[in-house]
Amino acid sequence: MKIQILGTGCTKCKTLAANAEKAVQELGLQSEIEKVTEIKDIMKFQLLATPGLVINGKVKAAGRVPSPEEIKQLLSEEEG
Amino acid sequence: MSTDSRLAPTARESSSHAVEITRQRKQRPFAGASARGNVQKIALAVGVLIVWWLVYGHLESFSKWLTISVLHLSLRTHLGSAVQFVIFEVPKVLMLLVLVVFAVGVVRSFFTPRRTRAILAGKRESAGNVLASLLGVVTPFCSCSAVPLFIGFVTAGIPLGVTLSFLIAAPMINEVALVLLFGLFGWRIAALYAGTGLLIAMIAGWVMGRLKMERYVEPWVYEMQSGDSSEQELTLSWSKRIHLGMEAVHDIVGKVWPYVIAGIAVGAGIHGYVPENFMANIMGKGAWWSVPIAVLIGVPMYSNAAGIVPVVQALLGKGAALGTVLAFMMSVIGLSLPETIILRKVLRPQLIAAFVGVVTVGILLVGYIFNFVL
Repeated sequence: MKIQILGTGCTKCKTLAANAEKAVQELGLQSEIEKVTEIKDIMKFQLLATPGLVINGKVKAAGRVPSPEEIKQLLSEEEG
Repeated sequence: MSTDSRLAPTARESSSHAVEITRQRKQRPFAGASARGNVQKIALAVGVLIVWWLVYGHLESFSKWLTISVLHLSLRTHLGSAVQFVIFEVPKVLMLLVLVVFAVGVVRSFFTPRRTRAILAGKRESAGNVLASLLGVVTPFCSCSAVPLFIGFVTAGIPLGVTLSFLIAAPMINEVALVLLFGLFGWRIAALYAGTGLLIAMIAGWVMGRLKMERYVEPWVYEMQSGDSSEQELTLSWSKRIHLGMEAVHDIVGKVWPYVIAGIAVGAGIHGYVPENFMANIMGKGAWWSVPIAVLIGVPMYSNAAGIVPVVQALLGKGAALGTVLAFMMSVIGLSLPETIILRKVLRPQLIAAFVGVVTVGILLVGYIFNFVL
């Protein structure tokens, strides 16, 4: 499972990264969280607002900060 | 709603569309449960609203009763009237803030950036500028999203001037500032602020469009793929929208309440201690140079809307002219250094300069017009 956090480093992006980390830990997953901060790389995911949460290359949330619970759900959907 | 929200679906988008249909089907069995949840949440929201209204209507008499009967202070003394002012204004403004931020949060759940872009794509320039400014107020936006939004709009064929109208209106008309102005100075000043802010966004964006500055957009922007592959939140349930409203209250009110209290305390404190027309000579109507100086100081300054209102309160209370103060406030919250630095990634310095220049001129005009008319 590959998780990417898209954002140029604002507070919301940091909160999202922390939430994702928490979700991964609680699920006991072996996935790395990559932070994508370069705007050109972020735009390759074609979103309109940051922060963005990407799981296995798919944008799961944009412009908002999902809670750790929601990320857990998204992660298990992606797994199952 | 799904069909009209995009104008030029790419292969990628239509595939995500298919995924979404299957996802919706999967959720069918739970439709009954979510409808019940909806009714419950809506009933709760209506109940809270009624309680809100009852409490709000009695705040003034409650504050007087508390000051006179419990604290034994006379409203005719400085201290008594200042205490009553704080006891009345703090809950009043906080309650207004909660209500408005909640309402804005719910309204914004209807205007995702994607929908806004779909509405704006294909609009002609003048009508587009008006629409973009209005949508700038209701679309959820934070300045760190300025670049993805800019690229998404421009690559979808929305004219540069219309995109800029959106980017000017979004920070300029701020719901927190609007509530504070309404609560502290009445609806006239709040309406003046919102109305002139919109006008500046419309006209400045239109002017930028006339200047034909597309060549000053960084070329790589136009090489970007247009589209939006993010999850679709098309048919949110009401219970989800109410939840988003509460989230907005938690985020925004949780952050700004100390500034609100500080602002009201400043308002109460300056009652007797600073001379009434202290600012009249330097920032009054008579001083023509006060507007440009207020803007010159305001542009590089950056503060959130809640932080600037206490300053506005202090300036107005001490005899500064309304136009000057409005210009100062707009230049602080409407033009921010962080946003310009972020936009520098997609705009050449010439365009940044024109952007800041045109908006500054607009703010100057607002300042002068109000000083002359009022």
